[in-house]
Amino acid sequence: MLLNLSRKKPVPSQPAEIKAEDLPGGDGERYILAGEWRNHSISPVLKAFGDLEKSSGSGSLEIDVSGIDGIDTSGAWLIRRLMSAKAEQGRDAKLVGAEGTIEELVGALPEKTPAPPPNDQDKRSLFDRVFSPVGKTMTEFAGDFVAAMHILGSAVRGAQLKFGRGSGVSPASVVTHIDRMGVRAVPIILLMSFLIGAIIAQQGAFQLRYFGAEIFVVDLVGILQLREIGVLITAIMIAGRSGSAITAEIGSMKMREEIDALTVIGLNPVGVLVFPRLVALTIALPLLTIVANLSALYGAAVITLVYSGITFDTFLSRLKEAVDFSSVASGMIKAPFMALAIGIVAAVEGMKVGGSAESLGQHVTSSVVKSIFAVILIDAMFAIFYSAIDF
Amino acid sequence: MGTGVEDVQTFDNTKPAETKSDERKVVLSVKDLTVGFGSKLVLDNLNLDIYRGEILGFVGASGTGKSVLMRTVLRLLPQRSGTIEILGVDYATADEQQRVALDTRLGVLFQHGALFSALTVKENIQLPMREYLDLPQSLMDELAYVKLEMVGLPPDAADKYPSELSGGMIKRAALARALALDPDLVFLDEPTSGLDPIGAADFDALIARLRDTLGLTVYMVTHDLDSLFSVCDRIAVLGQKRVLVEGTLEDMFAFDDPWVQSYFKGKRARSVVTDETRPDGESEK
Repeated sequence: MLLNLSRKKPVPSQPAEIKAEDLPGGDGERYILAGEWRNHSISPVLKAFGDLEKSSGSGSLEIDVSGIDGIDTSGAWLIRRLMSAKAEQGRDAKLVGAEGTIEELVGALPEKTPAPPPNDQDKRSLFDRVFSPVGKTMTEFAGDFVAAMHILGSAVRGAQLKFGRGSGVSPASVVTHIDRMGVRAVPIILLMSFLIGAIIAQQGAFQLRYFGAEIFVVDLVGILQLREIGVLITAIMIAGRSGSAITAEIGSMKMREEIDALTVIGLNPVGVLVFPRLVALTIALPLLTIVANLSALYGAAVITLVYSGITFDTFLSRLKEAVDFSSVASGMIKAPFMALAIGIVAAVEGMKVGGSAESLGQHVTSSVVKSIFAVILIDAMFAIFYSAIDF
Repeated sequence: MGTGVEDVQTFDNTKPAETKSDERKVVLSVKDLTVGFGSKLVLDNLNLDIYRGEILGFVGASGTGKSVLMRTVLRLLPQRSGTIEILGVDYATADEQQRVALDTRLGVLFQHGALFSALTVKENIQLPMREYLDLPQSLMDELAYVKLEMVGLPPDAADKYPSELSGGMIKRAALARALALDPDLVFLDEPTSGLDPIGAADFDALIARLRDTLGLTVYMVTHDLDSLFSVCDRIAVLGQKRVLVEGTLEDMFAFDDPWVQSYFKGKRARSVVTDETRPDGESEK
């Protein structure tokens, strides 16, 4: 074979060269091209080439390509461009010394490429430029809201299959999702809540020590955790953990036309995909909240024992006095609403995914951000509501 | 850039391709290649040569390892034993510079295009140029348009995203990206699958024209009998873990193997053959 690996440089590669000289008769020019006119060897010649292209001259023009040893489309394009430029100046450029392929290659290229689009400045007024994004965001928000209501409505109505088979929902699917979104989240929720309960108890104990009221740390932790922190932290965790997963799943199914396939087969995508997830989330989140609350209270009990010497017995009896039914209920009532918000936001974002991987990433991000925002908003609204009805 | 490119054999494509001469230059040479997964061997001591300036059509029943062979040659899959030399370089023993140089001389059209969905068509074409070449942006823009023109896409496709293109346009855009660095060897994985017959015929003609003008060597995995009959110079059949037979169409007809016989003499093949060799038509083969 003609390949020799030991040969370090089989063909000395010559960078492209270009020279201009006057024709013998004096009525024209000749450009002499030499070296290798390939994409990796043309960069040294580009400047000289551009100058020649712009230079004005008169008379005939010959482009001597006989010295070229190796050319590809980049080199051929430069020659083509030179010829077009000269033709526009009214000079007829001739290829000289071309073997068949160079001429064929140059001939196969287009005469010119479309001019780069004009760099259109934003001509709108300042008012427009400020308020048009605001308007767009608002209409988008309205669209999101309608889509969310559509999904919520579909969920309330049920799975919606054709021929009125709609009211049922596949229990297997719901159980699978409860397992994925609920059961498998238990370890991380346990650990996180334990630490949060411990931290609140520790800070509370230190501050209350100044007043000699360390025992009230039990009230502090109990009420704070059961009314607010427990459900809020759990919901935020689930929004990050399961909301993102829902958006990614539905989004990638949208990308690969699986959603369209479901529609064509006669199944309602919202019913088949979103509904079981919503049901599962609505069941899983309250249960996880209970787990989180117990874990946090246990963490608080351990910390108060270590730092303040409050025994478990004392802790429990104090907790019993401090916490009444309304504290427990007011926290737990919020959980299903937050679960619905997370699921709906995730589903809406998933349905909005377009064709590209980038858009999937964008919508997963915005799903998590929006659902955490929704969770906090719901918590705030419940706080106002509870204080208004004195619950 | 520029360093190391000399180490890979370059072909002077200013001379016309001499596909039929005795001194045919081997572009890709596969020797005793064995590839397997677990205990199952997919390719066993496979040998294959591809010569400069030819279009090699590669066929084989589903699951015989056509894709595995292509992916192994492209080093996307590990090989058990054997050597693969591309443009005179064995990737396994090549140094870093040679490897980079080799990468710039290969172009691949994946079956589903594999265009980067986050980039426009123009940016897709310019990605390899940006990585390997030292060219100004204006020239890269022009070259991108030249490539689009060469593969038969309108200029306004340049600023579209892959998700906005039709199947045929995606194939063409992906071919433009494969040609971005003017490679010597192009791998095409089922280039005409999913195209309508007219589009497929156009695509075949395009590949033949690019071969003639750019001096490309083409390795084409295809099931399209029309492509095999109209543009392929040679055909290789993969079966029983090796290349069963390679050669011209006549060699295929003469080869005594039930699969090859039914493939090339089946009902569908016959209709193509009769079309091609009709007395009034300009038959290629």
